Amino acid sequence: MIELEGVAYNYGGGDLLSDVSLRLNPGSFHFLTGPSGAGKSTLLKLCYMELVATQGSVDVFGKDVRAMDRNQTALARRRIGVVHQDCKFLDHLSVVENIALPLTVAQRDVEAEMSNLNDLLGWVGLNKVRDAFPPQLSGGERQRAALARAVITGPDVILADEPTGNVDWEMSGRLLSLLVELNRMGKAVLIATHDLNLIRQAKKDVSARVLRIKDRKLLLAGAEL
Amino acid sequence: MSVADKIKAVSGDVAGMIAGDSQADRVVPPSGYTANLTVLTAGAMAFLAVFAMALSFATGRLADRWASELAKTSTVRISAPVSELDIQTRAAQEVLRTTPGVATSRILSDEEQRLLLEPWFGPDLPVEDLPIPRLIEVVEDGGGYDPEGLRLRLAAEAPGAFLDDHTRWRRPLVTAANRLRALGWIAMALIAVSTAAMVTLAARAALAANSQVIRVTRLVGAKDAYIARAFVRRFTLRALIGAAIGMIGGMIAIAILPSAAEEGAFLTGLGFQGAGWLWPLVIPPLTAIVAFWATRGAAMRVLGEVT
Repeated sequence: MIELEGVAYNYGGGDLLSDVSLRLNPGSFHFLTGPSGAGKSTLLKLCYMELVATQGSVDVFGKDVRAMDRNQTALARRRIGVVHQDCKFLDHLSVVENIALPLTVAQRDVEAEMSNLNDLLGWVGLNKVRDAFPPQLSGGERQRAALARAVITGPDVILADEPTGNVDWEMSGRLLSLLVELNRMGKAVLIATHDLNLIRQAKKDVSARVLRIKDRKLLLAGAEL
Repeated sequence: MSVADKIKAVSGDVAGMIAGDSQADRVVPPSGYTANLTVLTAGAMAFLAVFAMALSFATGRLADRWASELAKTSTVRISAPVSELDIQTRAAQEVLRTTPGVATSRILSDEEQRLLLEPWFGPDLPVEDLPIPRLIEVVEDGGGYDPEGLRLRLAAEAPGAFLDDHTRWRRPLVTAANRLRALGWIAMALIAVSTAAMVTLAARAALAANSQVIRVTRLVGAKDAYIARAFVRRFTLRALIGAAIGMIGGMIAIAILPSAAEEGAFLTGLGFQGAGWLWPLVIPPLTAIVAFWATRGAAMRVLGEVT
């Protein structure tokens, strides 16, 4: 579904990533680790086409992203759910409106999907704050809302950048189980995280590959994980 | 993008704009002062456009009137020794009477000539004692006469007669009026361009203020047309409303101008007549069209900078 082949990304004269190859197939589950600034977020951005590789090729749903026009990019993004590290909410919309945003921009009938939306809000524990606005949410609530927004359309691929960074252990487990459940339904999942406990917990339930960015290269992580 | 795709995209925008999308309107927050600025600008421009249009129409009428009224009259001036003046006058009148296209001809009385000269020589000019030329006023019929043919006949029958068909001074007056009319249309074109520029600036300010909205909606899968439509709809409607208000204000202002008097018709005749009052109604829709294209262009340029 998403395939990176020999990808490099250069910014400000230096390579952030070099010769990176990665394939996210249906039903695959990947963790991406590495120190801060290693390029984890950059790799995710290349996958959802916010950045364009300076070398190599990125194919999304079978099409080279460089050959896509802007409408095709938009349509491809509707099949990718993204949890951004900074959540990227619209502060003038309520929590429920933010979560429904991918449905809204795809011009789907939000009212018709309200049942799914309510289930999801209940699952991530945001029912009580559904009408609040993003600045009123705690860090954990924001991350839960971001995850809910990423999965509301039932995307084929879920990319999450530190999705459990601000949530407690119990909620972290719940969010992970949601991602595992979606993975079992055939969705590809890629999670960038520092949280080794999250990785260990996930490996109990799902066959996950753990990747590590080191010296701008993407490597398979060691056996300690 | 092919031309067909562009046409399809624009017609989709127009249809979407007319239908409206409350969810899209909700996603893009109200643009605050830029929206009010658009209403104000469109209103002011529409107000000025009504005046420019009125000027064009008034000068057009003036040019037509000068052209038609002056074209219907001319003067034969007879300059001859006193002993021959009456003979040549009678000969000239006979020529005029038998000239096809001349409806009437009349010798101006001494009193009329005195009135003509009064602005320069005062009221007590002894016209009868001065060697001033005799004047014959000629009025054409609907078909008009052949001035060159008439000149030749006058030269043969009354050598002291000179035909002045007013062409020399009618032409610059009509040219001036036509230029004023053109200036009115140029003013309207400039108003349209200024409106487009101001709406573009307001739209760009609104787009810049909503850069986060644009980025986020793009990232969750919004197409450019969807994002642009929310801005375009808002600015087009605001321009339409502002222009309608400005047009009504302009028409009221024109209507309450002092009524035209014959002597001062050039200054006070600014306005519309009859069905001409319907013409300002085209200003709001035209302003909306200008705003539509200006905002759409600005939105597409800004969106092009976002991945």
